[in-house]
Amino acid sequence: MKRKSTSFLLCFLSLFFFFGCKKESALEKAYREKILLVGNSNEPKGLDPQLVSGVLEMNIIRSLFEGLCLEHPSQDRTSVPGVAYKWESLENGRIWIFYLHPNAKWSDGTPLVAEDFVFSYHRILSPNFGAVYSEMLYPLKNAKEYNKNEIGWILFGNQSSFNLSPEIIEKINFDGKDSEQKSFNKKGLKNLNLEELQLLEKNPQLFDWNEEISPKLSKSILKELIQYRKKGSPDLWEKAKVGVEALDKHTLKFTLRGPTAYLPELTKHLSWFPVPKHIILKYGKIDTPFTDWTKEGNHISNGPFKLKKWRFNHFIKVEKNPHYWDKNRVSLKGIKFYPISNSYTEARMFHDELLHLTYGLPPALIKWAKTNHLNELKQENYLGTRFVRFNTKVNPLNNPKVRKALALALDKKIYIESILKGGQNPAYSLVPPMQGYQPNGNLFFDPKEAKRLLREAGYPNGKNFPKLTFLTTDRETAKREAETIQEMWKKHLGISIRIEQKEWTSFLESQYQANYEISSGGWIGDYIDPTTFLELWTKTNGNNCTNWSNQKYEELLSKAQQTKNTKKRFSFLNQAEKILSEEVPIAPLYWYATNYLIHSDVKNWHPLLLKTQPYKFFSLERNSSKTK
Amino acid sequence: MKLFYQRLLHGIIVLFFLITITFFAIRLIPGDPLTDEKSYPPHVREKIESFYHLDKPLITQYFYYLSNLLKGDLGPSISKQGKAVVEIIKQAFPVSLFLGTIAMLIALIVGIPSGIISAYKQNSKTDFIVMTLAMIGICVPSFVIGPLLAKYIGLNFSFINVAGFEYATDWILPSITLSAGTAAYLARMTRASMLDVLSQEYIKTAKTKGASIFRIIILHSLRPTLIPIISFIGPTFAALISGSFVIETIFQIPGIGQHFINATTSRDYFLIQGIVLLYGGLIIFSNFIADIIHLFLDPRTKKA
Repeated sequence: MKRKSTSFLLCFLSLFFFFGCKKESALEKAYREKILLVGNSNEPKGLDPQLVSGVLEMNIIRSLFEGLCLEHPSQDRTSVPGVAYKWESLENGRIWIFYLHPNAKWSDGTPLVAEDFVFSYHRILSPNFGAVYSEMLYPLKNAKEYNKNEIGWILFGNQSSFNLSPEIIEKINFDGKDSEQKSFNKKGLKNLNLEELQLLEKNPQLFDWNEEISPKLSKSILKELIQYRKKGSPDLWEKAKVGVEALDKHTLKFTLRGPTAYLPELTKHLSWFPVPKHIILKYGKIDTPFTDWTKEGNHISNGPFKLKKWRFNHFIKVEKNPHYWDKNRVSLKGIKFYPISNSYTEARMFHDELLHLTYGLPPALIKWAKTNHLNELKQENYLGTRFVRFNTKVNPLNNPKVRKALALALDKKIYIESILKGGQNPAYSLVPPMQGYQPNGNLFFDPKEAKRLLREAGYPNGKNFPKLTFLTTDRETAKREAETIQEMWKKHLGISIRIEQKEWTSFLESQYQANYEISSGGWIGDYIDPTTFLELWTKTNGNNCTNWSNQKYEELLSKAQQTKNTKKRFSFLNQAEKILSEEVPIAPLYWYATNYLIHSDVKNWHPLLLKTQPYKFFSLERNSSKTK
Repeated sequence: MKLFYQRLLHGIIVLFFLITITFFAIRLIPGDPLTDEKSYPPHVREKIESFYHLDKPLITQYFYYLSNLLKGDLGPSISKQGKAVVEIIKQAFPVSLFLGTIAMLIALIVGIPSGIISAYKQNSKTDFIVMTLAMIGICVPSFVIGPLLAKYIGLNFSFINVAGFEYATDWILPSITLSAGTAAYLARMTRASMLDVLSQEYIKTAKTKGASIFRIIILHSLRPTLIPIISFIGPTFAALISGSFVIETIFQIPGIGQHFINATTSRDYFLIQGIVLLYGGLIIFSNFIADIIHLFLDPRTKKA
């Protein structure tokens, strides 16, 4: 009996010993294998650079793909060579030439040539493809027209034999107008099928032609359209003459709508990345979305890493791409991205040495991190703005004075210092400060002025002010934010509001339908330029949702678009921003900061405004050996 | 055999109603799969809607879905581009099945014996301690137990990680967390059921005849004690293997529970329908198995 229990005990102990010894910590193993372990919040929607739009997808895709220019490892708004080793702009910034590395290759060894870029932009702009970020390529000449399938412009505009002006094309009515009487006019010429067009040819009275259009012209337009439909409505890429062209294997030419000084910035965005023509066409047509080419084993890319393993909802592992043009520069052997949606779990995993880098850090853990991981905690500016949206059609929010009063009564500093504590900066204007651009706004906390404005608007001390509803999401932080704002308006203006929380998608839906009075919102820049924020508030922008628009504002933006000189351009943008802070369709709260933890093993990591540190420059080095 | 066919038919009818109700109910929630933080330009939205046939009339979509379902195709996931719903379930369900089974075993191994001990030593100190623990197990939710285990066990033992699903020991904490509530409930149920049995006349007879405690418990009372428990185990097992959002996110487990929640938030119609179908199937199946076990344990039900 005694012997039995001794051997049992031995067995048990050896088991412990076995586990205890076997395990080197995940970070030790990663250090030995040169693998970076990254928390990445969620499972990506996909790995096709032309079909995704989220930050977490971009984090993975930036390791797999590379655009013409690459982010500088430590300086914002500075580009280093990506696929292109040099670039130049001609004709006042309307033409750009990019020279590609002759030894640029895809991860399967196939040479990467200028034609691949032409194919990629053709694909993302294809009208049937449905790329959410196709708008990012609109600076290219005719890109918008091709993407929106504006047949009228492409077949009859001033690049075709018809040579019609945009005004005439507008009058012909290709797109259809709901206000029209006849059904064909309602539909528009562009949307008629072959039978309908032929019917129209025989019975011209079915369509009201503008009196400026001669019968001869209308006939030949119909003829051309019928021919086009008879051919089976072929792709209009060639005819659209989109401003991208491969001059030779390694030279790429862009013709732009206007001078776009920040074009190199744009090429760092994933919508401008090349995609592998030879692989994509293997799994579908150029405009077939969601094919199998992005699956593990099929996926080919051109960046410093290539896809190695994709365990759904578990991890994504990328490994060094042996065909990368600058492979000697890449020190990491691979990166593992974990979809850790619970940020507390992520912080625990970091603490347990299972991660090098976290995606974020919940506000409640900032204090904990300051005591436990002071050197590893990063609190950096992030290119984004948190704000309050006003539905400018709702009474009394249709009065700019009321909106401004509400904006001025927000004590952002107190909010940040006592509640957020995440290193955010109080925002007095929409656009966050960035290199070369100083935001132009004056929405500082000013309770006196706020009270005065409210009195002027007819609500002295908030008297008779209707009880408005503040719409926000069901997140805990959102609730706290809404309550803070509620309290501030009560205290400084004497008005009370109601808070309504909605589940995330329902919240978005209400916002898009402008079915709210006041709501919370935020925006993160796509690239480092004020336009990424200012374009939101144009009339047709789907993310505006405030019912606010201003003609002068849009004129200033389009003027800026036509200006090459950065200083001049920024001054136009500054004037536009001024209008925003006078009209106040939104009340800025704060400029974002990002809080995260990064292990001291990771070298060459520098703060960047968009947190798009290029992975190829990182290395893993140990200062001293650590044990758990 | 007749029972089998009857149950099968019932099951199919239930599933059919489940699919139909889910199909229409999720489309009543505000927003759709394309409601995203960044709004889709109208012309882009149009293309994606037509890709997923979301532009068709609802009833057409419904029959389209049903006809695909008969072919075994649950449709594409909309929130996870290019992934089929079947593919997602195939990847995630085995993980939940594994964890759920282990949790069930732990719950059985811990719950039933402690219930028996408690019942046998009714009103003793042991009984008190076990029942207090069980009460805690029932009351304290997994989002409290999980992080506590992670903090005090995961951080202090080098061979157990706070989260993850890569190392051989990574299943320990999540399955303990998952089993806690069930084990506690089982202990209480077993105790009650056992007490009930122990008060029966035939047990008293056995006692007076001088049968050993062991004999009384194992031979005479275990079987009747387990009968009410079996019908509890069926749906409970189904619940355990269908994954838990809370436990999966606390321990970073690639199971199916998260998909159910995430699919609902992102209005991924096909994925929600697929998972609801899976859950429905699981519950029907586990109830069916429980019925069969019942049949073996309690001969009286054979006649019924």
